[in-house]
Amino acid sequence: MYGFEALTFNIHGGYLEAIVRGYRSGLLTASDYNNLCQCETLEDIKMHLSATEYGPYLQNEPSPLYTTTIVEKCTLKLVDEYKHMLTQATEPLSTFLEYITYGHMIDNVVLIVTGTLHERDVQELLEKCHPLGMFDSIATLAVAQNMRELYRLVLVDTPLAPYFSECITSEDLDDMNIEIMRNTLYKAYLEDFYRFCQKLGGATAEIMSDILAFEADRRAVNITINSIGTELTRDDRRKLYSNFGLLYPYGHEELAVCEDIDQVRSSMEKYPPYHSIFSKLSYGESQVLDKAFYEEEVKRLCLAFEQQFHYGVFFAYMRLKEQEIRNLMWISECVAQNQKSRVHDSVVFIF
Amino acid sequence: MVGSSSSWSTALVKISPYTFAAIGIAISIGVSVLGAAWGIYITGSSLIGAAVKAPRITSKNLISVIFCEAVAIYGVIVAIILQTKLESVPSSKIYDPESLRAGYAIFASGIIVGFANLVCGLCVGIIGSSCALSDAQNSSLFVKILVIEIFGSALGLFGVIVGIIMSAQATWPSKG
Repeated sequence: MYGFEALTFNIHGGYLEAIVRGYRSGLLTASDYNNLCQCETLEDIKMHLSATEYGPYLQNEPSPLYTTTIVEKCTLKLVDEYKHMLTQATEPLSTFLEYITYGHMIDNVVLIVTGTLHERDVQELLEKCHPLGMFDSIATLAVAQNMRELYRLVLVDTPLAPYFSECITSEDLDDMNIEIMRNTLYKAYLEDFYRFCQKLGGATAEIMSDILAFEADRRAVNITINSIGTELTRDDRRKLYSNFGLLYPYGHEELAVCEDIDQVRSSMEKYPPYHSIFSKLSYGESQVLDKAFYEEEVKRLCLAFEQQFHYGVFFAYMRLKEQEIRNLMWISECVAQNQKSRVHDSVVFIF
Repeated sequence: MVGSSSSWSTALVKISPYTFAAIGIAISIGVSVLGAAWGIYITGSSLIGAAVKAPRITSKNLISVIFCEAVAIYGVIVAIILQTKLESVPSSKIYDPESLRAGYAIFASGIIVGFANLVCGLCVGIIGSSCALSDAQNSSLFVKILVIEIFGSALGLFGVIVGIIMSAQATWPSKG
């Protein structure tokens, strides 16, 4: 019953909701980012981060500090917090928390398959995988030659198994097919997550629907822009769009026939929420588009915290933390490469 | 048959007024405690979780738990008052109109107090949960949200006042 969640939510979810709100208070603020943007070296960054919540994770790092180490340790903090919440959660919150990581699992699978295609070492690839998306038999992915084997050997035991029904073909894995596989899997995952949230009902369904619809629309636009000029046919492109969201179905019809960015822009400007994003683009810079989408996403995620007694706060916190880690990576890279003038190109302030 | 259409009303009237009175007293204490307990667990779980990151909030936010507890105390007080109103009458007078009136008055008083305290406890509990979470983020919000809680706890007080007024005129027929 929508509106009466306050009566029973706290039985199972009250403690964890309070914990996740406590974690949210530890996110870096605009003043922290200003301090970090003024740093000259990575050592300064480490010093500033030691004063924040990241302190215990970075203080024991030895002196030649690399950006990958900083990002790795910050990701470790996210993983620790996630695991703490997952161990304390009961159904259906535990299923919800697990759904949040399936996106990372898909990314890891694609990473290992692509890496194997380009003949990289499996151990090296495993180190690059995102820790939230690890599963037991992940190393066996290197053995598979085509998608059927991939499914049969490894993925049938993972939570990604139901998402494979749409993309099992006997074709060999090459770069194009792997990207199509990634997007097909992600499409199935988003639709499954959307259905799950709808089944939960109440405030969770409403808030998560909004966030997931934006995600679906953003992916549709990104797929369109990335496939302009490639051999992806219009029908294939249309098959990769999710079947929910603001752009479904008429926006997808228009996007499927777009051949350059200006056509994308003109079809997006009919939708008020995306009109403001596309009006920030002057001509053709895709980095500005990425940052505009991230800003819009952060705005919606912060709104999820305005309401109590729903699961959207968990999803929002994980995404905001990932955005923070992206910010830290960008700042560290700019500092390490002495390009501090470009720092503000891609940092999205969360508060 | 003459009495068949009114047999239900006859059956109701034939229930002893002491049944109604006793059920009223049970509802007054039972449902009040339900409301208080419900409110306390709603506040308590959020308070414990929020105090992990911000331990300073624990002592101040116990006020929310105390407000919920007060709701249970109202129920106990009214139940004790109501049970002092139970007097025995001779069996010839059990179904007198005076007797029925007294029984129904105590029943109604119990329901009033019980359900007013139920919703009051819920209200204070939910606000207390939000209060704990807000206080953990920004300590200047605590006093402001406490004012909301005070208004919420007045609801239980309204129920107690009306319940006591109802039961004050529950006089059983005299034994003579």
